[in-house]
Amino acid sequence: MILNMKIPVGDFMERVINWMTTNFSDGFDAIKNGLEAIIDSMNWFLLAIPIVIFIIVVTFLAWWIAGNGIACFTALGLLLIQNLDLWKQTMQTLSLVTTATLIAILLGLPLGILMAKSNKANKIIRPILDFMQTMPAFVYLIPAVYFFDLGTVPGAVATIIFAMPPIVRLTNLGIRQVPKDVVEVAKSFGSTSSQLLFKVQVPLAIPTVLAGLNQTIMLSLSMVVISAMIGADGLGNIVLQGITQMKMGQGFEGGLAVVIIAMVLDRVTQCLGKASPKSGKAFITKIKNKNKNRM
Amino acid sequence: MAKIQVKNVYKVFGSAPMQMISFLEKGEKKTDLLKKYKHSVGVNNVSFSVNEGEIFVVMGLSGSGKSTLIRCLNRLIEPTSGEIYIDNEKITQVSSAKLREIRRKKIAMVFQNFALLPHRTVLENVAFGLEIQKVDVEERKKKAIEMLEVVGLKGYENAKPKELSGGMQQRVGLARALATDADILLMDEAFSALDPLIRKEMQNELLSLQTKMQKTIVFITHDLDEALKIGDRIAIMKDGNIVQIGEPEEILNSPADAYVREFIQDVNRTKIVSASSIMRSSESIILEKAGVRTAAKKMKDLEISSIFVTDKHKTLLGIITIDKVSELMKENRDDLKSVIDTDIRTVGVDTSIDEIIPLFLQSGYPVAVVDDENKLKGIIFKSTVLAGIAGKEEVSIDS
Repeated sequence: MILNMKIPVGDFMERVINWMTTNFSDGFDAIKNGLEAIIDSMNWFLLAIPIVIFIIVVTFLAWWIAGNGIACFTALGLLLIQNLDLWKQTMQTLSLVTTATLIAILLGLPLGILMAKSNKANKIIRPILDFMQTMPAFVYLIPAVYFFDLGTVPGAVATIIFAMPPIVRLTNLGIRQVPKDVVEVAKSFGSTSSQLLFKVQVPLAIPTVLAGLNQTIMLSLSMVVISAMIGADGLGNIVLQGITQMKMGQGFEGGLAVVIIAMVLDRVTQCLGKASPKSGKAFITKIKNKNKNRM
Repeated sequence: MAKIQVKNVYKVFGSAPMQMISFLEKGEKKTDLLKKYKHSVGVNNVSFSVNEGEIFVVMGLSGSGKSTLIRCLNRLIEPTSGEIYIDNEKITQVSSAKLREIRRKKIAMVFQNFALLPHRTVLENVAFGLEIQKVDVEERKKKAIEMLEVVGLKGYENAKPKELSGGMQQRVGLARALATDADILLMDEAFSALDPLIRKEMQNELLSLQTKMQKTIVFITHDLDEALKIGDRIAIMKDGNIVQIGEPEEILNSPADAYVREFIQDVNRTKIVSASSIMRSSESIILEKAGVRTAAKKMKDLEISSIFVTDKHKTLLGIITIDKVSELMKENRDDLKSVIDTDIRTVGVDTSIDEIIPLFLQSGYPVAVVDDENKLKGIIFKSTVLAGIAGKEEVSIDS
C-alpha cells in the first residue's frame, strides 16, 4: 500500500446507510407501501383476467404491432407457459417488470430531458448513471433489504435502479440528435421552450426513446432471478429453487418462461418505434386501400 | 423607409468575444484571431439597411459569415455587439417575450435544407407558425391550404415531407414562412440544395410572388448568378465583412476590390448588363435642321458610315447611310427624308445584352436605344456589345 492506511470507503458507506435507515425509516416505509400496493394490484389485475382471454388479447396486440410471426410465437409461448403450470409466477414477474419499467419511465424521461436541456445536468447525471448501471446488481440488494425488508419491494427498487439508465441516456440522446435546423425553425417562428420541447424535440426523439424503453424492459427482466434472492415472487423464485435444490428440470422450465416473456416484450417493443411492414396495422391499411381501389 | 437597419454588428465565437472586438477594431485579421486566441469571427463590423419591399441579397463563399449574419437578424444567434433595428425597434435589446412576438408576427425564415418536421403532414408543417401562435385549428388549416395553393402544392396536404421531392419540400418551407403573414422573409440559402433547373424555377416563382406580396426579403446565397437574378441590391461578404453593397449592375461594372472582381469574372454578363449601361451617346441628326451636307460632314467627322435621324423632339425616325447621302449630293438633291431607312432595330433601356446580340444578325445597322416614347437615348454598335460583355471600356470605334 502506498498510503499506510486504508481509506474507509466501505465504513463510510455503511455509516451512511445506517444513518439513512434510522432517520428516513418513515419515508422508506411510505415508498415500500406505495410500491407494494402498485405491484399487488397489478398482479391481482393480471391474474383476474382469464388465461384464454389474456392470451388472445396479447397475441392480437403482438400481431397489430409486430406482425404474424411474432403473434404465432407469442401464442405458442404463452400456451407453453400455461402448460408448464408457471402462469401465476409469470404474472408475478410481469407485474414486477411492468411496475419497475413504469417507474423507470416516470423518473427517466424528465431526467433525460433535463440532461438534454442543460449541459451542467448532463455532466452531473452521467457518472451517476454509469454507477447505477455498472455497479454489480447484488450490491444494491443489501441496502435495499435494509431499507425495505425482504420481499418484492426491494427487488423492484433494485430493478428500477439497474434498469433506469438506458431510458435516461436514450431520451437525452434522442433530444440532442434532433437536427439543429429543425430546432431553429421552431425558434424562428417564436416557440417558447416548452413548445419547442413538446412539438418538436420530443416527437422527433420518440424512436430513440423507445429503443431506451426496450433496453429498460430487457434489463429489468434480467434482474428477475437476482431479486428472487431477496424474496421477490415470480419466475426468478422457480429458477432460484432449481439452483439451490439441484432441480435441473425446474430451473430450466423457469428460465425458459423468462426467455419467452423477454423475447415477446423485446420484439413487440422494438416494433413500436417504426411502422413495420409486416404489422397488422400495415395489413389493415393495405386491405382498406385495396377496397378503395376496387370502388 | 428602412425596414431593417444593421449597425456595426459583430459576432465572435469564443470565451472572450468582447476582447476580440477591440482587437478587430485595432485592425487584427480574422485568421490571426483564430490562430492566436482560438476565437472565430463570424460577423465583423457589418452595417447595412434594407428597404421595405426590397430583395436584399447577401452573398459570399462558405465561411464568409453570411449565415451567421442572417441569424443575427432574428437573434437565433445573439450578436456580440452592435445594433439591429426592425421597423425602428431595437431588436437587439428587446425582452425574450417581445422577441418571440416579433419572430411570430414579423419575421419568417426559410432554411437551406428545408427543415420540415418529418412527423407531421405537409398541411401541419405549413400551419406550424400559426400553431405556435395558438391560432384556432380551423383558421390555421384554412390559411395553410391557401398558402399551399399559392406555392402550387394543392392536393398534397396530407402527404408526409419525405414523400415529396426537394423542390416541393422547399415550396412547403416557403408556404410555412408565408403563412404567418410576416413582412420580412429571411431566406438562408433557400434554393442552394436544389438542382439547377428546379432552382431556376423557384427563383422565378419567388420573383413573381414578390411582385404580388411585396415582402422585405433578405436572401443568402453563395451563387452569384442567383444573387444577380433576384437581388434588388447585393451585399458581398468576405471574412465577416461586407466588401461591397450595390445594385447588380453597379457591382458588375465597378467592383470594389480584387475579391469582388474575381467573383464576378465568371458571370454571364450578357444576362445582366443592360442597354443603358453600354450604349454610347446618341450622335444623330435632326431632320428639320439638317441638310444633306451637314449629314455628310457629321458622318465624316465621326468616321461612321450611317447615322440615326430624329425629329426635333428627338423621336426616332430612321437611319441614313453615307452611300445614300453621297448619291443625293451627286444628283444635287436636298431631300434627306426620301433616303431615310426605317428598317432599323430598337431596344428599350433595360434590355439585356443577350437580347441585343441577335438583332445584329437581322440588320447591318447599329441598334438604337429608345425610351417608351420612341425617343432616341443612345446607340449600340457591335463593338459596344463586345466591350460590354468583356466589362471593359470600349477601345475601338467601328460599325
